[in-house]
Amino acid sequence: MKILVPVKRVIDYNVKPRVKADGTGVDLANVKMSMNPFDEIAIEEAIRLKEKGVATEVVAVSIGVAKAQETLRTSLAMGADRAILIQTDEDVEPLGVAKLLAKVQEEEGAGLIILGKQAIDDDSNQTGQMLAALLGLPQGTFASKVEVADGSVSVTREVDGGLETVKLSLPAIITADLRLNEPRYASLPNIMKAKSKPLAQKIPADYGVDIRARLETLRVVEPFSRMAGVKVADVDELVAKLKAMGVTA
Amino acid sequence: MSKVLVLVEHDNASVKDATLAAVTAAGQLGEVTALVAGSDCDGAATAAAQIAGVAKVLKADDASLANALAENVAPLVAGLMADYDAFVAPATTTGKNVAPRVAALLDVMQVSDILSVEGPKTFTRPIYAGNAIATVESSDAKLVITVRGTAFAKAAATGGSASVEAVSASGDSGLSTFVSAEIAKSERPELTSAKIIVSGGRALKDAATFEQVITPLADKLNAGIGASRAAVDAGYVPNDYQVGQTGKIVAPEVYIAVGISGAIQHLAGMKDSKTIIAINKDEDAPIFQVADIGLVGDLFTLVPELTGKL
Repeated sequence: MKILVPVKRVIDYNVKPRVKADGTGVDLANVKMSMNPFDEIAIEEAIRLKEKGVATEVVAVSIGVAKAQETLRTSLAMGADRAILIQTDEDVEPLGVAKLLAKVQEEEGAGLIILGKQAIDDDSNQTGQMLAALLGLPQGTFASKVEVADGSVSVTREVDGGLETVKLSLPAIITADLRLNEPRYASLPNIMKAKSKPLAQKIPADYGVDIRARLETLRVVEPFSRMAGVKVADVDELVAKLKAMGVTA
Repeated sequence: MSKVLVLVEHDNASVKDATLAAVTAAGQLGEVTALVAGSDCDGAATAAAQIAGVAKVLKADDASLANALAENVAPLVAGLMADYDAFVAPATTTGKNVAPRVAALLDVMQVSDILSVEGPKTFTRPIYAGNAIATVESSDAKLVITVRGTAFAKAAATGGSASVEAVSASGDSGLSTFVSAEIAKSERPELTSAKIIVSGGRALKDAATFEQVITPLADKLNAGIGASRAAVDAGYVPNDYQVGQTGKIVAPEVYIAVGISGAIQHLAGMKDSKTIIAINKDEDAPIFQVADIGLVGDLFTLVPELTGKL
């Protein structure tokens, strides 16, 4: 079984994003970029399934600027077998990404597609579900455990209030939650080896789908910032303040 | 006037709180019809009909809808959308699972986790873990939206008198089956609707200490208990306690952060709380930049003292 893992190049999660003064977006010039953390978890899970003999090949795919190659090389260094870059300078929305990925899946015929549950830049949490809808496949979102057996996959999902387990027919779409696994670091020899693994270059036009943006961003602003607070000296002062606010036991 | 279909989150017998905020948001767009999809869900349909601002309830009662599997719910919604201009779901795990599947079936781009309705097709939403707020306008013929529960007032759960109309389910997709659920039992106020939350971080050391320090204070204040990702990953508490970008988004009256440094991802989940109180021994911890009241010191002596004096 082949596994397809879409990965996204995003601002590094440790960087505090700065809103541009003209309100057109977030300033990404000279900001450290990395693989979306949920996508690292997705790649890790795919590689573990290969190590268990469940998967035969892991294919990473990314849609974005030329530099998204770096993100794909990272996934190759972690253990993916080959990569596909669909290069575009446009921002492609989740619906457009899902349409492109659906075409990639038609070519690749993967048994599982594992995505991250959301990208930490647009925080949409849509692409996996949309891809499942477009392909008419089942979805196991917010996965914290994945078990493939007898032509189906059991997915334990993190839901409000606890955990839920569903069984999906294959092929299936899974979106990874934080607790699915602990992604490995790519070792130096593997980073070197990744440079010679195949990376196919495509453009959106190769797939003939409509990816024009449906949402227009009118402006981007800083969130309301909180007033500076006070520090209290001891518990008595804190208790007095709490009582003044009407918070009492 | 627009016609808006709202996905009701329920347990078949009663309606969950998150739905009430979604009804408020939907009411700002047009006339609200509530969709109750489930199995033996008469109780939930009756409750939905009493929500103020709901004009009509559609009840789809079928075994295939028992556990809100997206594969079965989404085609039902997409079919009903021929008669509606917008589909609105609460941004809970159920809403987030179902709504994008509906959007793709309708070939529209979803607007996730909206904070406000600015116009018939214009909304604000947080991006970059809440570090920026984007105003977006949809050009799609139909809208699919999820609503951040803490950003809208809750519609009154009673006072409405909508009619209930039965609609047929679209059947079992055969793609997925529900196996089991492990729902954490708790007598405490639910995290996303609690007025006061006491939240603990990595500094609590272990599960026993977390329980020993945090629980008495929460008990005393009748508060919900939350945690940072570090505390969850270290196994102090189950993961449904997690507050943050990847956990729950809360906005209580009072949020007490104990031994939490205040990473960007945690702040994303709680910085809209009315009053934030931080107790931390590191006076340079980022949490103090958002806290209204800060107390610097050892939580192992301060928190029991606080509990004792309340």
